[in-house]
Amino acid sequence: MSTELTVSLWRGAEQGRYEAYQVPQRENQTVLDVVTFVQRHLDPTLSYRFACRVGVCGSCAMTVNGRPRWTCRTHVASVARGGRLEIGPLENLPVVKDLATDMRPFFEKWQKAKGAFAPSKTRHDAVETIRPDSEARIAADAAIECINCGICHAACDTVRWNPDYLGPAALNRAWSLVNDVRDAGNPERLQAVAASGGCHACHSHQSCQQHCPQGLNPTAAIAGLKRRTAAAYLKGEIAP
Amino acid sequence: MNVRLYIWQRATAAVMVPLVIIHLALIVHASRHGMTAADILARTRGSVMWASLYGAFVIAVAIHAAIGVRNVVSEWSPLTARRAMIVGNAFGVALLALGLRAVAAVVLP
Repeated sequence: MSTELTVSLWRGAEQGRYEAYQVPQRENQTVLDVVTFVQRHLDPTLSYRFACRVGVCGSCAMTVNGRPRWTCRTHVASVARGGRLEIGPLENLPVVKDLATDMRPFFEKWQKAKGAFAPSKTRHDAVETIRPDSEARIAADAAIECINCGICHAACDTVRWNPDYLGPAALNRAWSLVNDVRDAGNPERLQAVAASGGCHACHSHQSCQQHCPQGLNPTAAIAGLKRRTAAAYLKGEIAP
Repeated sequence: MNVRLYIWQRATAAVMVPLVIIHLALIVHASRHGMTAADILARTRGSVMWASLYGAFVIAVAIHAAIGVRNVVSEWSPLTARRAMIVGNAFGVALLALGLRAVAAVVLP
Protein backbone atom coordinates (compact mmCIF):
# COMPACT_ATOMS: atom_id res chain seq x y z
CA MET A 1 0.00 0.00 0.00
CA SER A 2 1.38 3.42 -0.96
CA THR A 3 1.61 5.88 1.90
CA GLU A 4 -0.03 8.78 0.11
CA LEU A 5 -3.15 9.29 -1.93
CA THR A 6 -3.38 11.76 -4.79
CA VAL A 7 -6.79 13.37 -4.35
CA SER A 8 -8.34 15.68 -6.95
CA LEU A 9 -11.08 17.86 -5.50
CA TRP A 10 -13.48 20.09 -7.40
CA ARG A 11 -12.88 23.74 -6.52
CA GLY A 12 -15.26 26.49 -7.54
CA ALA A 13 -18.96 26.54 -8.34
CA GLU A 14 -20.52 25.63 -11.72
CA GLN A 15 -17.29 26.93 -13.25
CA GLY A 16 -14.19 25.58 -11.59
CA ARG A 17 -11.46 22.97 -11.87
CA TYR A 18 -10.04 19.93 -10.11
CA GLU A 19 -7.07 20.60 -7.83
CA ALA A 20 -4.76 17.85 -6.60
CA TYR A 21 -3.75 17.28 -2.97
CA GLN A 22 -1.51 14.70 -1.33
CA VAL A 23 -3.22 12.98 1.60
CA PRO A 24 -1.69 10.33 3.91
CA GLN A 25 -3.25 6.91 3.35
CA ARG A 26 -4.50 5.11 6.45
CA GLU A 27 -6.22 1.85 7.37
CA ASN A 28 -10.05 1.93 7.25
CA GLN A 29 -9.99 5.47 5.86
CA THR A 30 -13.25 6.74 4.39
CA VAL A 31 -13.61 9.20 1.53
CA LEU A 32 -15.09 11.68 3.99
CA ASP A 33 -11.94 11.29 6.14
CA VAL A 34 -9.87 12.28 3.10
CA VAL A 35 -11.96 15.38 2.40
CA THR A 36 -11.86 16.34 6.08
CA PHE A 37 -8.06 15.94 6.14
CA VAL A 38 -7.71 18.36 3.22
CA GLN A 39 -10.01 20.91 4.85
CA ARG A 40 -8.30 20.71 8.25
CA HIS A 41 -4.65 20.41 7.22
CA LEU A 42 -4.18 21.61 3.65
CA ASP A 43 -6.84 24.15 2.66
CA PRO A 44 -9.38 25.50 5.19
CA THR A 45 -11.33 27.24 2.41
CA LEU A 46 -12.58 23.87 1.07
CA SER A 47 -16.38 23.64 1.38
CA TYR A 48 -18.24 20.37 1.82
CA ARG A 49 -21.23 19.07 3.76
CA PHE A 50 -21.53 16.35 6.39
CA ALA A 51 -23.22 15.79 9.73
CA CYS A 52 -23.55 12.33 11.30
CA ARG A 53 -20.54 10.52 9.71
CA VAL A 54 -22.30 7.15 10.19
CA GLY A 55 -24.65 6.83 7.19
CA VAL A 56 -27.81 8.16 8.78
CA CYS A 57 -28.20 11.82 7.79
CA GLY A 58 -27.54 11.53 4.04
CA SER A 59 -25.73 14.87 3.79
CA CYS A 60 -22.22 13.85 2.68
CA ALA A 61 -22.95 12.42 -0.78
CA MET A 62 -20.43 13.34 -3.47
CA THR A 63 -19.20 12.07 -6.83
CA VAL A 64 -16.26 9.73 -6.19
CA ASN A 65 -14.28 8.55 -9.20
CA GLY A 66 -17.31 9.26 -11.40
CA ARG A 67 -19.97 7.59 -9.24
CA PRO A 68 -22.29 9.14 -6.65
CA ARG A 69 -21.55 7.71 -3.20
CA TRP A 70 -22.14 8.40 0.49
CA THR A 71 -18.62 9.37 1.44
CA CYS A 72 -18.84 8.57 5.16
CA ARG A 73 -19.51 4.88 4.45
CA THR A 74 -17.24 4.51 1.43
CA HIS A 75 -13.80 3.15 2.22
CA VAL A 76 -10.95 4.58 0.19
CA ALA A 77 -9.57 1.07 -0.29
CA SER A 78 -12.72 0.07 -2.18
CA VAL A 79 -12.75 2.98 -4.65
CA ALA A 80 -9.21 4.37 -5.08
CA ARG A 81 -7.61 3.47 -8.39
CA GLY A 82 -3.84 3.38 -8.30
CA GLY A 83 -3.79 5.55 -5.20
CA ARG A 84 -5.93 8.21 -6.89
CA LEU A 85 -9.30 9.67 -6.00
CA GLU A 86 -11.34 12.26 -7.89
CA ILE A 87 -14.05 13.81 -5.74
CA GLY A 88 -16.62 16.26 -7.05
CA PRO A 89 -20.06 17.57 -6.11
CA LEU A 90 -23.18 15.52 -6.89
CA GLU A 91 -24.38 15.67 -10.50
CA ASN A 92 -27.77 17.07 -11.53
CA LEU A 93 -27.82 19.71 -8.77
CA PRO A 94 -26.49 23.29 -8.74
CA VAL A 95 -23.09 23.64 -7.09
CA VAL A 96 -22.92 26.11 -4.19
CA LYS A 97 -19.16 25.86 -3.76
CA ASP A 98 -16.57 23.10 -4.12
CA LEU A 99 -18.19 19.83 -2.99
CA ALA A 100 -21.43 21.32 -1.60
CA THR A 101 -24.52 21.25 -3.83
CA ASP A 102 -27.73 23.22 -3.52
CA MET A 103 -30.30 20.61 -2.45
CA ARG A 104 -33.31 22.91 -2.89
CA PRO A 105 -34.35 21.59 -6.33
CA PHE A 106 -34.21 18.07 -4.90
CA PHE A 107 -36.55 18.85 -2.00
CA GLU A 108 -38.80 21.08 -4.11
CA LYS A 109 -39.48 17.99 -6.20
CA TRP A 110 -40.46 16.13 -3.04
CA GLN A 111 -43.01 18.88 -2.47
CA LYS A 112 -44.25 18.68 -6.07
CA ALA A 113 -44.68 14.90 -5.72
CA LYS A 114 -46.81 15.52 -2.60
CA GLY A 115 -44.19 13.82 -0.44
CA ALA A 116 -45.61 15.19 2.81
CA PHE A 117 -47.83 12.95 4.93
CA ALA A 118 -51.48 14.05 4.80
CA PRO A 119 -53.15 12.85 7.99
CA SER A 120 -56.59 11.29 7.74
CA LYS A 121 -57.32 11.55 11.48
CA THR A 122 -56.95 14.06 14.27
CA ARG A 123 -55.22 13.68 17.64
CA HIS A 124 -58.62 12.99 19.14
CA ASP A 125 -59.09 9.81 17.11
CA ALA A 126 -57.84 6.45 18.27
CA VAL A 127 -54.45 5.34 16.96
CA GLU A 128 -54.96 3.20 13.88
CA THR A 129 -53.72 -0.38 14.10
CA ILE A 130 -51.42 -1.24 11.20
CA ARG A 131 -50.55 -4.87 10.59
CA PRO A 132 -46.82 -5.03 9.63
CA ASP A 133 -47.51 -8.05 7.43
CA SER A 134 -50.27 -6.39 5.41
CA GLU A 135 -49.58 -6.03 1.69
CA ALA A 136 -49.82 -2.22 1.73
CA ARG A 137 -47.53 -1.86 4.74
CA ILE A 138 -44.91 -4.17 3.24
CA ALA A 139 -44.93 -2.00 0.09
CA ALA A 140 -44.70 1.20 2.17
CA ASP A 141 -41.86 -0.19 4.29
CA ALA A 142 -39.88 -1.23 1.22
CA ALA A 143 -39.56 2.42 0.20
CA ILE A 144 -39.45 4.15 3.57
CA GLU A 145 -35.76 3.97 4.56
CA CYS A 146 -34.69 6.77 2.20
CA ILE A 147 -32.18 9.14 3.86
CA ASN A 148 -32.56 11.91 1.24
CA CYS A 149 -28.90 11.77 0.25
CA GLY A 150 -29.64 12.67 -3.39
CA ILE A 151 -27.47 9.86 -4.80
CA CYS A 152 -30.29 8.39 -6.91
CA HIS A 153 -31.11 11.88 -8.20
CA ALA A 154 -27.47 12.38 -9.20
CA ALA A 155 -27.27 8.94 -10.84
CA CYS A 156 -30.47 9.30 -12.89
CA ASP A 157 -30.12 9.85 -16.66
CA THR A 158 -33.72 11.04 -16.94
CA VAL A 159 -33.13 13.75 -14.32
CA ARG A 160 -30.15 14.86 -16.41
CA TRP A 161 -32.17 15.00 -19.63
CA ASN A 162 -35.47 16.31 -18.30
CA PRO A 163 -35.28 19.14 -15.75
CA ASP A 164 -39.00 18.74 -14.99
CA TYR A 165 -38.67 15.07 -14.01
CA LEU A 166 -39.47 14.63 -10.32
CA GLY A 167 -36.71 12.06 -9.89
CA PRO A 168 -36.43 8.69 -8.15
CA ALA A 169 -36.27 9.95 -4.55
CA ALA A 170 -39.44 12.07 -4.73
CA LEU A 171 -41.33 9.32 -6.56
CA ASN A 172 -40.08 6.68 -4.13
CA ARG A 173 -41.41 8.83 -1.28
CA ALA A 174 -44.74 9.24 -3.07
CA TRP A 175 -45.01 5.45 -3.45
CA SER A 176 -44.40 4.99 0.26
CA LEU A 177 -47.27 7.36 1.06
CA VAL A 178 -49.55 5.87 -1.60
CA ASN A 179 -49.30 2.61 0.35
CA ASP A 180 -49.74 4.22 3.77
CA VAL A 181 -53.35 3.51 4.74
CA ARG A 182 -53.29 6.40 7.25
CA ASP A 183 -52.64 8.96 4.51
CA ALA A 184 -55.48 10.98 2.97
CA GLY A 185 -53.57 12.77 0.21
CA ASN A 186 -53.59 10.17 -2.55
CA PRO A 187 -55.97 11.83 -5.05
CA GLU A 188 -53.71 14.89 -5.24
CA ARG A 189 -50.56 12.75 -5.04
CA LEU A 190 -51.56 10.44 -7.90
CA GLN A 191 -52.55 13.47 -9.95
CA ALA A 192 -49.14 15.08 -9.29
CA VAL A 193 -47.06 12.02 -10.18
CA ALA A 194 -49.17 11.20 -13.28
CA ALA A 195 -48.52 14.59 -14.88
CA SER A 196 -45.76 15.37 -17.38
CA GLY A 197 -42.42 14.99 -15.59
CA GLY A 198 -43.88 12.41 -13.22
CA CYS A 199 -43.48 8.65 -12.94
CA HIS A 200 -44.20 8.00 -16.63
CA ALA A 201 -41.04 9.87 -17.63
CA CYS A 202 -38.91 7.13 -16.01
CA HIS A 203 -37.04 4.91 -18.51
CA SER A 204 -36.33 2.18 -15.93
CA HIS A 205 -32.56 2.42 -16.41
CA GLN A 206 -32.31 1.39 -12.74
CA SER A 207 -29.29 3.55 -11.93
CA CYS A 208 -31.18 4.66 -8.82
CA GLN A 209 -31.37 1.19 -7.33
CA GLN A 210 -27.84 0.40 -8.51
CA HIS A 211 -26.40 3.33 -6.54
CA CYS A 212 -28.79 3.64 -3.57
CA PRO A 213 -26.64 3.24 -0.45
CA GLN A 214 -29.68 2.01 1.48
CA GLY A 215 -30.35 -0.76 -1.01
CA LEU A 216 -33.77 0.65 -1.92
CA ASN A 217 -35.34 0.10 -5.33
CA PRO A 218 -36.92 3.36 -6.52
CA THR A 219 -37.41 1.81 -9.99
CA ALA A 220 -39.84 -0.69 -8.46
CA ALA A 221 -41.58 2.11 -6.57
CA ILE A 222 -41.95 4.10 -9.82
CA ALA A 223 -43.28 1.00 -11.61
CA GLY A 224 -45.88 0.74 -8.82
CA LEU A 225 -46.85 4.37 -9.36
CA LYS A 226 -47.18 3.76 -13.11
CA ARG A 227 -49.62 0.91 -12.48
CA ARG A 228 -51.57 2.79 -9.83
CA THR A 229 -51.88 6.02 -11.84
CA ALA A 230 -52.82 4.13 -15.03
CA ALA A 231 -55.62 2.38 -13.14
CA ALA A 232 -56.76 5.68 -11.58
CA TYR A 233 -56.80 7.35 -15.02
CA LEU A 234 -58.82 4.56 -16.62
CA LYS A 235 -61.34 4.80 -13.77
CA GLY A 236 -61.60 8.57 -14.32
CA GLU A 237 -60.17 9.38 -10.88
CA ILE A 238 -57.37 11.58 -12.26
CA ALA A 239 -56.94 13.68 -15.39
CA PRO A 240 -53.69 13.77 -17.48
CA MET B 1 -44.82 11.85 -20.77
CA ASN B 2 -48.04 11.92 -18.82
CA VAL B 3 -50.36 9.06 -17.90
CA ARG B 4 -52.56 9.48 -21.01
CA LEU B 5 -49.63 9.21 -23.43
CA TYR B 6 -48.23 6.32 -21.36
CA ILE B 7 -51.45 4.33 -21.73
CA TRP B 8 -51.68 5.05 -25.47
CA GLN B 9 -48.08 3.93 -25.99
CA ARG B 10 -48.50 0.74 -23.95
CA ALA B 11 -51.87 -0.06 -25.54
CA THR B 12 -50.52 0.36 -29.08
CA ALA B 13 -47.53 -1.80 -28.13
CA ALA B 14 -49.93 -4.49 -26.93
CA VAL B 15 -51.76 -4.32 -30.28
CA MET B 16 -48.49 -4.56 -32.20
CA VAL B 17 -47.13 -7.64 -30.41
CA PRO B 18 -49.48 -10.20 -32.03
CA LEU B 19 -49.47 -8.31 -35.34
CA VAL B 20 -45.65 -8.39 -35.52
CA ILE B 21 -45.71 -12.14 -34.84
CA ILE B 22 -48.32 -12.66 -37.60
CA HIS B 23 -46.31 -10.46 -39.98
CA LEU B 24 -43.09 -12.39 -39.34
CA ALA B 25 -44.88 -15.72 -39.67
CA LEU B 26 -46.28 -14.56 -43.02
CA ILE B 27 -42.84 -13.61 -44.30
CA VAL B 28 -41.46 -17.01 -43.34
CA HIS B 29 -44.47 -18.78 -44.85
CA ALA B 30 -44.29 -16.83 -48.12
CA SER B 31 -40.56 -17.34 -48.54
CA ARG B 32 -40.61 -21.05 -47.63
CA HIS B 33 -43.39 -21.73 -50.12
CA GLY B 34 -41.77 -19.72 -52.90
CA MET B 35 -44.73 -17.40 -53.30
CA THR B 36 -44.42 -14.73 -55.98
CA ALA B 37 -45.69 -11.18 -55.75
CA ALA B 38 -48.58 -12.21 -57.97
CA ASP B 39 -49.46 -15.07 -55.59
CA ILE B 40 -49.48 -12.72 -52.63
CA LEU B 41 -51.51 -10.02 -54.36
CA ALA B 42 -54.04 -12.62 -55.45
CA ARG B 43 -54.68 -13.36 -51.77
CA THR B 44 -54.61 -9.79 -50.45
CA ARG B 45 -56.54 -7.84 -53.10
CA GLY B 46 -60.11 -7.25 -52.01
CA SER B 47 -59.48 -8.93 -48.66
CA VAL B 48 -61.18 -7.17 -45.74
CA MET B 49 -59.19 -9.31 -43.30
CA TRP B 50 -55.74 -8.31 -44.61
CA ALA B 51 -56.84 -4.68 -44.93
CA SER B 52 -58.04 -4.69 -41.30
CA LEU B 53 -54.97 -6.50 -39.99
CA TYR B 54 -52.35 -4.32 -41.69
CA GLY B 55 -54.49 -1.18 -41.33
CA ALA B 56 -54.59 -1.69 -37.56
CA PHE B 57 -50.85 -2.38 -37.61
CA VAL B 58 -50.10 0.90 -39.40
CA ILE B 59 -52.36 2.93 -37.09
CA ALA B 60 -50.80 1.38 -33.96
CA VAL B 61 -47.26 1.99 -35.29
CA ALA B 62 -48.05 5.62 -36.14
CA ILE B 63 -49.43 6.39 -32.67
CA HIS B 64 -46.70 4.46 -30.85
CA ALA B 65 -43.86 6.01 -32.83
CA ALA B 66 -45.28 9.54 -32.59
CA ILE B 67 -45.24 9.37 -28.78
CA GLY B 68 -41.79 7.79 -28.71
CA VAL B 69 -40.24 10.31 -31.09
CA ARG B 70 -41.82 13.11 -29.10
CA ASN B 71 -40.11 11.82 -25.96
CA VAL B 72 -36.73 11.32 -27.62
CA VAL B 73 -36.77 14.80 -29.16
CA SER B 74 -37.95 16.32 -25.88
CA GLU B 75 -35.11 14.73 -23.89
CA TRP B 76 -32.28 14.84 -26.42
CA SER B 77 -32.76 18.17 -28.17
CA PRO B 78 -33.12 21.77 -27.01
CA LEU B 79 -36.64 21.96 -28.50
CA THR B 80 -39.49 22.87 -26.16
CA ALA B 81 -42.07 20.26 -25.18
CA ARG B 82 -44.59 21.79 -27.59
CA ARG B 83 -42.17 21.70 -30.52
CA ALA B 84 -41.14 18.15 -29.64
CA MET B 85 -44.84 17.23 -29.79
CA ILE B 86 -45.14 18.82 -33.24
CA VAL B 87 -42.11 16.85 -34.49
CA GLY B 88 -43.50 13.61 -33.02
CA ASN B 89 -46.96 14.19 -34.49
CA ALA B 90 -45.51 15.04 -37.91
CA PHE B 91 -43.50 11.79 -37.83
CA GLY B 92 -46.63 9.87 -36.87
CA VAL B 93 -48.69 11.42 -39.66
CA ALA B 94 -45.94 10.62 -42.17
CA LEU B 95 -45.84 6.98 -41.02
CA LEU B 96 -49.62 6.80 -41.20
CA ALA B 97 -49.73 8.17 -44.75
CA LEU B 98 -46.91 5.95 -46.02
CA GLY B 99 -48.25 2.89 -44.23
CA LEU B 100 -51.86 3.26 -45.38
CA ARG B 101 -50.64 3.89 -48.94
CA ALA B 102 -48.70 0.63 -48.81
CA VAL B 103 -51.71 -1.23 -47.39
CA ALA B 104 -53.94 0.24 -50.08
CA ALA B 105 -51.49 -0.90 -52.74
CA VAL B 106 -51.84 -4.54 -51.72
CA VAL B 107 -55.50 -4.77 -50.69
CA LEU B 108 -57.40 -2.53 -53.11
CA PRO B 109 -58.76 -4.56 -56.02
